Amino acid sequence: MSEILLQIDGKEVKASEGMTIYEAAKSAGIFIPTLCHHEKLTPYGACRVCTVELETAGRTRLVAACVYPVERNMVVRTRSVKVGKTRKVILEELLAHAPDSEDLRRLAREYGADADRFEKEPAFCILCGLCVRYCAEIKQKYAVGFSDRGPRREIIFIPEVASKACWDCKECFELCPTSYAQAAYVLTEALAFPDRASASAPEE
Amino acid sequence: MENDQIDKIIEKHQSDASSLIQILLEIQRENRWLPKDAIERVGERLEVPLSRIQHIVTFYKAFNLLPKGRHEIHICTGTACHVRGAPRLLDSVQDLTGIKPGETDMDMKFSLETVGCVGCCALGPVMVIDGKYHGKMGPSKSEDVLKNYE
Repeated sequence: MSEILLQIDGKEVKASEGMTIYEAAKSAGIFIPTLCHHEKLTPYGACRVCTVELETAGRTRLVAACVYPVERNMVVRTRSVKVGKTRKVILEELLAHAPDSEDLRRLAREYGADADRFEKEPAFCILCGLCVRYCAEIKQKYAVGFSDRGPRREIIFIPEVASKACWDCKECFELCPTSYAQAAYVLTEALAFPDRASASAPEE
Repeated sequence: MENDQIDKIIEKHQSDASSLIQILLEIQRENRWLPKDAIERVGERLEVPLSRIQHIVTFYKAFNLLPKGRHEIHICTGTACHVRGAPRLLDSVQDLTGIKPGETDMDMKFSLETVGCVGCCALGPVMVIDGKYHGKMGPSKSEDVLKNYE
């Protein structure tokens, strides 16, 4: 693997080919906030909170650090004014969907994002895909997936699979930045296999 | 739809998971819609997880997850048809069939959908039934046309 030199926040950083900006920054001790990133999962680039400014040939543009591969001599800024403003708006938009998410609120305080800027449309899910990817890649159960598209896109648990696979797992609940995965699961359980819960509940 | 019918379609595509959409479309061509059993069968045979098929069939509007009637009515609500009176046509067809766009009647006779432009704006308002184009439709004319379908 060939070594690549790049500059992040004015610091010379060594990275190997195929690494993403996020990974390179992390190895150099530079923190980039993320919501949809998980080191064991394929990067997805859904939340855009990891947006950084990338300078090439005198022009700057915004890219998602978690999916953008490093290139030779690239100049990256993770803390510029533009990045701060962009992340603020992204957080404000995400907050319109999940107003009470602790992870989001913490980031919002950091970036001065106003949770009430956009009209609330609480879907409670920010479609980060962590549960979907975790279930597919790590557990290989495929119990939860995306459904529909555009503004109607949502995560759904497949009742037939979830009734068997989820009971002893529920690991995606921890990953979810908004707790919606748990809510979606409980709803599926209540609608599709309510007997499962009462059957294994401890005797009173 | 019977399992062996579905299997036949799957075998035609060499049980290849990359032909998933083609297989689903072909099943739909024969059955008019995709029943859950068929989706499960396809997933089983192609070793594609249900959540993935669910994502695909809900993503593309071409797939019908609800039963379709024997005759599919498409009413154009494109700009040209709209100004030529498509809303009135749609209202009368809704009254005649008793269903709204996206629905199928109890006797499984008609399914109603609105579509964008069907490409023959000069004939507007246009109603397409089972692929046959009926141009210059009005409320009373649509009644005569619908009578011919059983």
